[in-house]
Amino acid sequence: MATSDGGPPDEVVGSVAVAGGSQPEEPPAEVVVASAPELLAGSLREYTSVWFRRVRSGESGALPVIIGLIAIVIYFQVSQSTFLSASNISDLMGQAGWIIALAMAQTFVLLLGEIDLSVGFNAAVGATITFWMLAVAHPFPVWLAIIAGLAVTSAIAAIEGLVIVWLKIPSFVVTLAGYLALSGLLLWLYEETGSVGLGGVISDSGFKSSIVNDIVSGSLSRVASWIVLVVIVALAAVFSIMRDQRRRGHGLVAPPLSVTILKIAVMALVGVVLVFVLNLPGSSGVPWVVLVILVLVGVMSVLLSRTKFGRYTYAVGGNAEAARRAGVSLSRIRVTAFALCGFMGGIAGILYASELGSISNNFQGGEYVLYSVAGAVIGGVSLFGGRGKMFGAVLGGFVVAVIYNGVDLLGLGAAGQYIWTAAVLLAAVTLDALARRGSTSTN
Amino acid sequence: MVTSNAGPGAIAPGPAGTGDVPLLQLRGLSKSFGPVQALTDVNLDVPAGQVTALVGDNGAGKSTLIKCIAGIWQPTSGQLLWNGRPVAIHSPREANQLGIAAVYQDLALCDNLDIVQNMMLGREKVKFGLLDEVSMELTAKQTLQDLAVTTVRSIRQPVGSLSGGQRQSVAVAKAVMSDAQLVIMDEPTAALGVSQTEQVLNLITRLASRGHAVLVISHNLVDVFQAADRLAVLYLGRMVGVGPASDYDRQSVVDLMTTGASTRVGSSNGGAEPAVPGGFSSGSEGFNYGNV
Repeated sequence: MATSDGGPPDEVVGSVAVAGGSQPEEPPAEVVVASAPELLAGSLREYTSVWFRRVRSGESGALPVIIGLIAIVIYFQVSQSTFLSASNISDLMGQAGWIIALAMAQTFVLLLGEIDLSVGFNAAVGATITFWMLAVAHPFPVWLAIIAGLAVTSAIAAIEGLVIVWLKIPSFVVTLAGYLALSGLLLWLYEETGSVGLGGVISDSGFKSSIVNDIVSGSLSRVASWIVLVVIVALAAVFSIMRDQRRRGHGLVAPPLSVTILKIAVMALVGVVLVFVLNLPGSSGVPWVVLVILVLVGVMSVLLSRTKFGRYTYAVGGNAEAARRAGVSLSRIRVTAFALCGFMGGIAGILYASELGSISNNFQGGEYVLYSVAGAVIGGVSLFGGRGKMFGAVLGGFVVAVIYNGVDLLGLGAAGQYIWTAAVLLAAVTLDALARRGSTSTN
Repeated sequence: MVTSNAGPGAIAPGPAGTGDVPLLQLRGLSKSFGPVQALTDVNLDVPAGQVTALVGDNGAGKSTLIKCIAGIWQPTSGQLLWNGRPVAIHSPREANQLGIAAVYQDLALCDNLDIVQNMMLGREKVKFGLLDEVSMELTAKQTLQDLAVTTVRSIRQPVGSLSGGQRQSVAVAKAVMSDAQLVIMDEPTAALGVSQTEQVLNLITRLASRGHAVLVISHNLVDVFQAADRLAVLYLGRMVGVGPASDYDRQSVVDLMTTGASTRVGSSNGGAEPAVPGGFSSGSEGFNYGNV
């Protein structure tokens, strides 16, 4: 509180600063602080100054992704005016769903400093099993088919994790083997499905239930989508304000109320624009996939930032030896992270198949695994482990999806898509490396 | 003290230890790796409330000795007495449970985690399945305040952004938080600047004044004489000098470290040393049995 550099007392949130000011003497800053401003600053002014210092020292958080995303969107909109049309945004949501899910899957293992190259084909295997169970003459219930698909992908990834842990082989090699094995398994599955997967394709056209198809193609009603938006924003507001109050009540520093309100307002604004646009003529409303992703992001973020497992994941990624000495079971964390990667991969597979209306043995598992790594890294998840957030992976996955969609819209085809993704990925990794250099030089 | 045959007071623990069993006693400790004899018949008392400095040239066996205490290695022969009772420490975990915490040179901190997260690593507090950040932050803050570690701006900053001295402080605070009675530190001031060294030495003396036993390995004799209450000099695996720091000067310690003997040490030490271990050990054991 009293640590701002001698300027006039901040008038913006004076009362808040007083509320949080009960803690004992905070000596003046001695080192350059590269931390979350939420937990360092009690006032808006201090918050922004900490935030700027942090950006300058390389911990820029989500800022570069958002700036990059805006730049890419502007470019596509200028090149092709239909880019921001309601119908294209609706398409974009469907494409973004599975790409974001893939980026989230990869995040779990990247945080440990590992990588899962097999997650693409794993996703396809899971989707194939789900679709197979729904396409047979006497189909299984939808919930069972989905659970079975996810269970298989989780188990496959967990086995890869076990091999990595037991044999102490780098994950790169184990999952490269998994990549080949799973692409083989995928081909074999279609040979075994007989008439169901005739021609190497299982389509959802014969499904008795339309639930799987509706995840991407179906939408919430106009009223329902507004209600959901209000509920989500209200919950977020209540939770963050309550958490801040609790911290202040214990004499700890909490972000100023103005910052919290600003964040909630931005979140509400983005939500309102999205819901409004998706309900314009040309689009059929907010697709279910948006809600699915929102729920998953919420759950996985809590898992990573608020549970022991999440804390240990960051610890192992940051310094495995330190985590081991603190009593953390490295094997358990690694295997669990791989299983979660497989689980999210399975979700990605189902979302992909739902968007396409079918799943086939022609799945581009090699390409999509690169999307998953690209998405996570663009979103600020470090390839070296220990750094990055689930929300970042969502943003990064969205950037990849925007490129995927925009390049397609411009008619550049696969060539343009690859080159664009490569350019953005390289930019993101460069930024990551520069930030790393910046943060070490401030030590 | 009960030890009638302890002879010259050279070995007797300092003021705080008198009339009490030293927290940790090593009796005739030896450790060999195959044909290599790393430690031979080492006797050492580490009393609570004092800083014991373990010095010696490279290869003298300092690290081997602390690893035997911290449970990383088991001594080949000899005894460890904890509060007067013989104990066998088979793993670092067992050492921790006894109340022994070791801070190694690599500090074992996660740079990407903040101070609170590092200090609470492995003993997180959980409420309804979720981490209780507020309660953990309060605990960590209290510990840091107790140790008067005040140079960090926020305990929510990542450890990677801290200076060397601050990192050392965090590592020590983390060790102390597990209710450690004995804190072992391996070269805590190596690679630190002047003011940071000062900071860490202050922390070490503060630990002792709070009643912890502190065992510090150091190469830096300036630091040793500034912070240590007691000195223990190892030479080629043998303890060649133990006693209050005031009995030694820098030259005598250098002599002991490099040649295993010193003519400069006061008569009390130089002469008495060889005779002491056996006698003191038996006396002390007699005392222990009486006590148990």
